[in-house]
This record gives sequence, structure tokens and C-alpha cells, in this order.
Amino acid sequence: MPTFVRTDKCDGCKGQDKTACMYICPHDLMKLDKDGSETGHAMRAFNQEPEQCWECYSCVKICPQQAIEARHYADIVPLGGSVQPLRGSDSIMWTIKFRNGTLKRFKFPIRTTPEGSIDPYAGKPAADMSKITEPGFFCQENGYRPGDRSELIRL
Amino acid sequence: MSEYGFGNPEVVEEEVDILLIGGGMACCGAAFEIMRWAEGTDLKIKLVDKAAMDRSGAVAQGLSAINTYIGTEQDPADYARMVSNDLMGITRDDLAYDLGRHVDESVHLFEEWGLPIWKTDENGERHDGSKGLPALKDGGKPVRSGKWQIMINGESYKWIVAEAAKKALGTDRIAERVFIVKLVNDKNDPSRVAGAVGFSTRDHKVFVYKFKACLLAAGGCVNIFRPRSVGEGTGRAWYPVWNAGSTYSMAAEAGAELTLMENRFVPARFKDGYGPVGAWFLLFKSKATNAFGEVYMDKNKEMLNDYPPYGQAAVPASCLRNHLMLKEMKDGRGPIWMDTVTALANLKETLSPREVKHLEAEAWEDFLDMCVGQCGIWVGENVEPEKKNSELMPTEPYLLGSHSGCCGIWVSGPEDLGAPTEETEAGVPGHLPSGWSWGYRGMTTVKGLFTAGDGVGASGHKFSSGSHAEGRLAAKSMVKFALDNKDWKPELDTDVNTLVEEIYKPVRTFMEHKDYTTAIDVNPNYITPKMLQFRLQKIMDEYVAGVATYYTTNEHMLAVAEEKLDMLKEDAEKMRAKDLHELLRAWENYHRILTAEAHMKHIQFRQESRYPGFYYRADKNFVDEENWHCFVNSIYDKTTKKWTVFKRAHVDLVDKSKLFK
Repeated sequence: MPTFVRTDKCDGCKGQDKTACMYICPHDLMKLDKDGSETGHAMRAFNQEPEQCWECYSCVKICPQQAIEARHYADIVPLGGSVQPLRGSDSIMWTIKFRNGTLKRFKFPIRTTPEGSIDPYAGKPAADMSKITEPGFFCQENGYRPGDRSELIRL
Repeated sequence: MSEYGFGNPEVVEEEVDILLIGGGMACCGAAFEIMRWAEGTDLKIKLVDKAAMDRSGAVAQGLSAINTYIGTEQDPADYARMVSNDLMGITRDDLAYDLGRHVDESVHLFEEWGLPIWKTDENGERHDGSKGLPALKDGGKPVRSGKWQIMINGESYKWIVAEAAKKALGTDRIAERVFIVKLVNDKNDPSRVAGAVGFSTRDHKVFVYKFKACLLAAGGCVNIFRPRSVGEGTGRAWYPVWNAGSTYSMAAEAGAELTLMENRFVPARFKDGYGPVGAWFLLFKSKATNAFGEVYMDKNKEMLNDYPPYGQAAVPASCLRNHLMLKEMKDGRGPIWMDTVTALANLKETLSPREVKHLEAEAWEDFLDMCVGQCGIWVGENVEPEKKNSELMPTEPYLLGSHSGCCGIWVSGPEDLGAPTEETEAGVPGHLPSGWSWGYRGMTTVKGLFTAGDGVGASGHKFSSGSHAEGRLAAKSMVKFALDNKDWKPELDTDVNTLVEEIYKPVRTFMEHKDYTTAIDVNPNYITPKMLQFRLQKIMDEYVAGVATYYTTNEHMLAVAEEKLDMLKEDAEKMRAKDLHELLRAWENYHRILTAEAHMKHIQFRQESRYPGFYYRADKNFVDEENWHCFVNSIYDKTTKKWTVFKRAHVDLVDKSKLFK
């Protein structure tokens, strides 16, 4: 389902040089048409290579205007369905519409800490350089499994 | 800088001590680990990603499970045994075991950083990861969807892991939208890597990095075979469509030894959307059947006996499960169905209405977290899994080293597990190491070049968590390597102008010839990256065991492929790039060609069909334990553009017979 950008909602991220969807797309698909020469819609983004779209929804989820949706792969999928998320700071809401009109809604948690709150080394020890060639990481999170050495048949 | 423009890029040169190439799970792990070990040293570190770290790599979309979590009840040796059997007996126990003992450390960090991990309460009821049950590190009980897998609410998995990595590095050490396309060897020591070059996909800039060490972790390889969907659906690859084989091809060109490049993964997935089946099989206890409701894993069970001992483990190797499914398809008893209706009906018999509602949400979340496209197909075709079954289909082949595949680069392993110190197979080129360890864990046979995740071959089943842990292991040894080589100065074996011209060649070709014809895409002087990719996919599909031949080839078909790939490689020199986006595609496809060539050469060399269900050599349609229970490795000579393929002996470090008791 290549993503598409709605002309009535996209604001080209308010004239900034790069849009949110351009920033995020892992496959470099989203492009801002500054003067409208490529799409007829100036200052709107578009998916420049829809047949390369993985449908990862990264652009859909990040768009501040909710201007991006997906129209499922035309060479595979019958028309009429839609799958649309609204991603918040701790959860994501999905609205799922079937071709026959059936509607489902789901909400799932996405993270248990506030976005941007990770302090990677808080409360963690410094690395012990004397152990740099030994197994194990600089910090121990109760997850190292030393294993039963008798399993190693060549020792 | 207005004088710079398309065709006239600014050249930015930078020298660091350690360069991390890629921004996926492996490099995020490396970033977190490396900054701590580098503290107090003056090592200069930088990460370059061709996309944005928040959503780059194979976990960009999210995941519904972490597929490698050992837990307290299993031993790293059990994990190494499972990896070995799933990959038909030929893996490096040292690498798998080492990963197994480290991987849970990364999973515990993910949970600390905010990844919601499902838990089972004291009554055995499942809860999603936001319910505040005890963390795994404090004894919390995960929801196992299989022996090694745990369920998560993983929509933001990559976002969370990237946040930790970005905070660890700091903004100044990160360059996004820079695509590294080539490694450069050292001028004074060709067995060593000294630099890497690439370009910005946003600005007219070429980047030339010099370093003592680098971590090349740019994913596996997708889209070298013609996909089953060739219209808009081309993008709906099972593995991320942006994985272009850059890891394998750049390493090969730098002289690194590759291993098991004949291996591939052909996942059996929900048809067209390629949605995950793991939770359906393992958590919801669903069965897969032929058109007549017969369970092919039971019906064709005897076929597993053709492949002792790998077919006889409690869980037969993944390729053999495909082998049994393909029998039904080839004999005309398709389509293959995932019987979701019966599975959900069975589960509902023992559950309360509240639990049933939760179950339905779990089934949808499985797709929504990691494969929204499958939901797109379900809604378009009015599939509600409790009312209508869904088709399964084996996909086009993928090359990777972190999932259920083991192709990749030959790396130095840990020293404390009893790995061989000598090589017993004749024919290994003399300049290559003989044992499995040569000083720095995760270093390839090229000095200073490290890899992790999909890059490390002969292991597999690392998945997201294992790739992160493997990046951390590499980070440690890169710090050691850089400190041990403190006074060494890298010198590039090629001058910067030559490198810039090489990178921008597709642009030059376009500029020079674009006005020769009136149709921009049809021009005898160049080929578009898109058409080149089609040509590659057609060759690989028809001659190198793609879906067109039910994954079957033989030495004669491979000989045809060889000739066609040679000409394709020549024509790759004539790729055009009409903009930076197409320059990205041109180099991705160059990487794909070399990776595909390695795959073909290895299949040609291995005189057996080691992975039935993934590919068949019709002329050698058996597993030959006596002669081919060994690694097939290779090196590439970037000057002559020729491969040398050879055997390396396989040795067990843990007892595999335990699998069959």
C-alpha cells in the first residue's frame, strides 16, 4: 500500500526545508514539491517511488497534520479498506475499516517511559578497562547467562 | 554554498578512530556500548546512517516479538544447538553460544528504556507490557510464543533503542542520510581497511572518512530475486526493501572472507502481505493445511527422514518445513491455508469473553506492530481471522545473517569456548587465518573491519536483540583495536578525486548523455537503476532457484546465470543517476549485483542441496554429510573482479546429539 499525501491536509511542514516525512522515510521516498512542478501541488510532499514503499507507516505516524494515508497495493488488494493509526506518546490507536464497511478499533501501548527521557548511562558503572577482552558488557543487567561449561565438549 | 550543485559535490574529508556504518539494531547496540568503553580515551567516534536512526534498519516498522531471549531456564548451549539444527548443522557454535550468553543483557536494557514487554501473571493470564508487572531483570515472567521468543508491544521498538543510542553518541557524532558505498583499503597494507566513502542523499556532498576501525552493519539483502509481486507490491518485501546487500558487497570488495553465501531464507508467510506466522503457530496453536484440510507437516512427515539428523529434531529445520509445504504445492494440492478459524474457535472454548476480546486484539497487534501491509490485505479482502482462513506462501529468497539465515562475513570469535585453532581443509588461501579466532571478536579477515547483525555469517537466529548484543560485542573489541593501534595512521590506497569520480559516475553518465534522446529513460548510453534491478531479478529468478522454478537450479542453469551476471556487472558501470535519489538506487543495485554473484558462486561450488525447501540443485538433490558438512567460504578480488571459493572444516563445540534424544 503505497502511502499518499492529501492535498487538503499537507502544509509542506510550513515551508521548512525538509518535511517530517522526508526526515523519517527509511527508503528516501518522500519528497517536497516546492514549486508544484512535479505534482501540480506546490509545497506538498509526495511519495516519489510508490512501488518501493514497504508500508512501514513511518511517514503516516510522524506527519503532524495527519495528511498521509495508505492506499493498499493496487496490484494485490481490492479497493475500499483502510488502516489508519494515531500515534501518541505512550500508545497508538488504530482505526481499521474493511471493504465491507466493518470497523474495528484497537489501542496498544508503545512505551512505558516518556519520550526523550532515556538517560542511557544513569546509574550504570564506568567500563572496567581491565575486562575489555573478557566476555560481558560494561554494565550487568542480570541478563548474562554464563552457561554450564560442561556443555562445551572441546574444553 | 551555491557553487556546489548536482554533478559538482562538495568533498568533506574527516578522520575518526572508529566509524559505525549503519543505524539499525547492531549499530545502535555498538553506539551504546562504545561510548562507555571510549570514556577517558580520546577516541573519535562517528555513526553514519543512510536513513534516520529513529526508523532505520529491519526494525523500522516495529516488531511484535523479540525472537531471541534465552531466559534463566535455558543454556547458551541449547541456543547454539537450536541455531545449528535450524541451519542444517553448519554454523559456528562459538558465535551462537557467545551471542546466547550476552543477548538477554540487551533485552533487559530495552525494557528499562521503555519497551513494553508482555508478562504472564501468577494465574497464567497474559498482560501487555504497560501493566507494571515486574521487569524481566527482576524475575518478571515473559509471554513465550515459542521456546526462544517473547511477545512485546513493539511499535516503537526501534524508536526507543535509537533514542538510547543517539543520547549515548550525542548529535555531533551522527550523520544521517549519508550512504556509504565503498570501503577503501590502506595504502601501505592492503589487508587492512583505512577508510570509507559515500554521499549525502540530501545535499551535494561526498564524504570521505578515514579511520582505524569500522563497524559495517548495513543489513542483509532484499530484492535480488524477482519478487512475487511486481507492481506496486514490489515494495512489500518480507525483509526491508532498503536492505541492499551493502554489508556483503562492500566487505567483499575490501577483501573480507564471506561464508555460507549459498544460504538463503525463504520464509513461509501470509500470502502477499508477508505478515508474521510465528504467533499464529506458536501462540494461537494454528495449523497449516493443504486445500483439503490435511496438515502437511503430519501428512508428509516421512519426508523428514530423507534428511537425517536435521529432520528428526523436535523442531525440524525451517527449510525442511518449507520442503513439506512445497510438496503439496507442486503436487497441485494448494492453496496452503493457515487455519485461523479452527485455532481461534479452540482457544475461545476455554477463555472468558474478556479474554476472547483480548485475543482478537493480540492477533491484530501481531500485524499492526510489524507488518501493517498484511492488515491492508485483510481489510481489502474482508478477512476476519475468526471467520475466514488466510493463505500461506513461501516468499522470494532473501539473504541475511540475523534471522533464519546464516550467510555473511567470516569473523573472529571468542577464545574461551574451545573453537578450533587450526584449519584442516586444504585450499584456504594462505593469507587467511586458520583458526576461528584472530584476536578481536567480530573482526573480519580484513584488519580493522568489524561487522555485526546481518553481517556476521555462520550463526543466524540473532534477530533484533541478538543484533544489538552483537553490535555491543564488536564495539568493545573495536575500542581495544583502536587503542592497540593508537599511533597507526590510515592512508587511503586511492586518491580522493578518483573516489569522488567513481561515486558520481552515474551522475556524470547522465549529464553527458541525457540530451541524446527525447525519452529520458530510453537511451543506448545508459541504463536506469530500476531496469538494472529488473534484469538482476530476472536472472536470479529464472536461473538461480527463484520462485519461477520452485527454487530449483542445476549446474547448467548456473552457468547461464554466470554469463548473464558478468554482462550485468559490466553494464552496472553504465548506470545513470538523474538525481541524488537515483544515485542512491544506483549504488544499492551495484551492491545487490555483487551479493547476488556471491550467492550464485556459492551454490555452484557446493555440490549438494544443503537447504531443501530453500533451494534445490536438481543435479545434486541430496544432503551429502560426508563431503559437504563444511563451510563454503569465498573471497573477492576487486581488481580482477573474480571470486575464489573454498571449503572450511566444520567443528561442533557443543554436543548436537542431545537434539535427537
